[in-house]
Amino acid sequence: MIINDQCTVVSQQQIAESIFELVLSGKIVEEMNEPGRFVHIKVTEGLDPMLRRPISIAAINKRSNEFTIIYRKQGRGTSLLANKKSGETVDILGPLGNGFSVAEANIGETAVLVGGGIGVPPLYELAKQLVAKGVKVISILGFQSQSAVFYEEKFASLGETYVTTVDGTYGKKGFVTDILGGLVVQPDVIYSCGPTPMLKAIEKGQYAAKVFLSLEERMGCGIGACFACVCHTKDDPTGHTYKKVCTDGPVFEAGEVAI
Amino acid sequence: MSRLNIELPGLSLKNPVMPASGCFGFGKEYSQLYDLNVLGAIMIKATTPEPRFGNPTPRVAETPGGMLNAIGLQNPGLEKVVSEELPWLEQYEVPIIANVAGSTEEDYVRVAEVISKAPNVHALELNISCPNVKTGGIAFGTDPEMAKNLTKKVKAVSEVPVYVKLSPNVSNIVSIAKAVEDGGADGLTMINTLLGMRLDLQTGKPILANRTGGLSGPVVKPVALRMIYEVSQQVHIPIIGMGGIQSAEDVIEFFYAGASAVAVGTQNFIDPFVCPTIIDELPQLLTQLGYQHISECTGRSWKQHEQFAYHRA
Repeated sequence: MIINDQCTVVSQQQIAESIFELVLSGKIVEEMNEPGRFVHIKVTEGLDPMLRRPISIAAINKRSNEFTIIYRKQGRGTSLLANKKSGETVDILGPLGNGFSVAEANIGETAVLVGGGIGVPPLYELAKQLVAKGVKVISILGFQSQSAVFYEEKFASLGETYVTTVDGTYGKKGFVTDILGGLVVQPDVIYSCGPTPMLKAIEKGQYAAKVFLSLEERMGCGIGACFACVCHTKDDPTGHTYKKVCTDGPVFEAGEVAI
Repeated sequence: MSRLNIELPGLSLKNPVMPASGCFGFGKEYSQLYDLNVLGAIMIKATTPEPRFGNPTPRVAETPGGMLNAIGLQNPGLEKVVSEELPWLEQYEVPIIANVAGSTEEDYVRVAEVISKAPNVHALELNISCPNVKTGGIAFGTDPEMAKNLTKKVKAVSEVPVYVKLSPNVSNIVSIAKAVEDGGADGLTMINTLLGMRLDLQTGKPILANRTGGLSGPVVKPVALRMIYEVSQQVHIPIIGMGGIQSAEDVIEFFYAGASAVAVGTQNFIDPFVCPTIIDELPQLLTQLGYQHISECTGRSWKQHEQFAYHRA
């Protein structure tokens, strides 16, 4: 069920250049199960910015009634969010969207998780749930530069983990797709979240696996009413059939929508 | 005794608060969040004869106190709205106001003729003010003669009262309002969005793929109030007011300007529970302000004080 909850800030810390990890607690955690969904955050009581900010859920902790989001401080909205201190409240609407289906990977199979930059966070909860189910997880995380790298050790604790940087200052120089193409193990499922060019490259890769991609788009309401975040479907790229990124997605199977 | 019920042409409203067209889809999304029966009415998303995909993305941009949208009248088309969306809404005891859009006179007439026959459609909202489509739309809303003729043609085929949605993107809104009143309009809804734009600091290009879009939100409220104030003194048909409403206080202000009911738009995106919250808060606010019934507030900004005396006795 979608609820509007005033969550309490448990902690907030900067974990890489411009990257913040915010832990929140509230009854909304009872509604959170599937990885890859998002929350819609009102960052101010004022009118600037007007709209909520959609941010993916990076980790769910049912026992402590807490969840984690990781975001890049970039514009006015995320700057205001970065100012929130422990004990303050944050207006959260959610959980929203269709996330990653853990059911797509069977016990004993191999899932490869491919994340780029601020697309990495939702893959962490997915990795936890896949490992808990008995799926082998390989993570490939791509960043711009060493200063932008985060959560490598968290992913590494769940399985084989590769890091790439575009400028070669950390891990392997290059793109996540370089690693993905060179894997010895044949993945059964590929789950990915990151910048659109990366998702396109993975879709073009024609891997012999089920591929799921999490898309990003500017949103209005986040619940499917405003039609701000629609995209065309792959089989009708110029027609009037459509999917809404906020409610049909953000996770789609490769080939479902035109990216 | 209800203090909020309002009688308007075609509409027996249990309260004067309804979601505005384009901000509520066809109700399904919000029905997961609260019982739609609490609403005074629902203004459904604009319907055109054929399905429309709308504009490319990005379709929204922000500005302090407001947002710009250029959705482009995306909708599943008349046939699907009549066969699927409206029947689904029949489970609610809420009058539907169907927003009618198109590119040509024939488009409007066709949609109006068919959609006005749906049992739960109690009124039409003639959308001659959408700023985000290339043909039709706003063209009909900026020329008094065109607006009047279109109103006449739609009135001739509609089985329910017709409200005309006015554009604020005109130099003289009173002349358009009078023209559509002459054309037989049963009421007015105002205002649609104000045409605006935002530019990207890095690229220098417009943020919206459509380049320009409709500005809405609290930032347009003073414009809406001024226009309702001017128009309500010059026409004899009721006005459903809209433009940046966020609270029960805003609702009363729109009534003071001359509205007889209100619609809430953009705020549904920020607080999806805003309509039921406002409906809950209105009676207490009326008590605080000393009114028995919300209808006493209509036009208070310009009506002579004596006209109110009998209400207060």
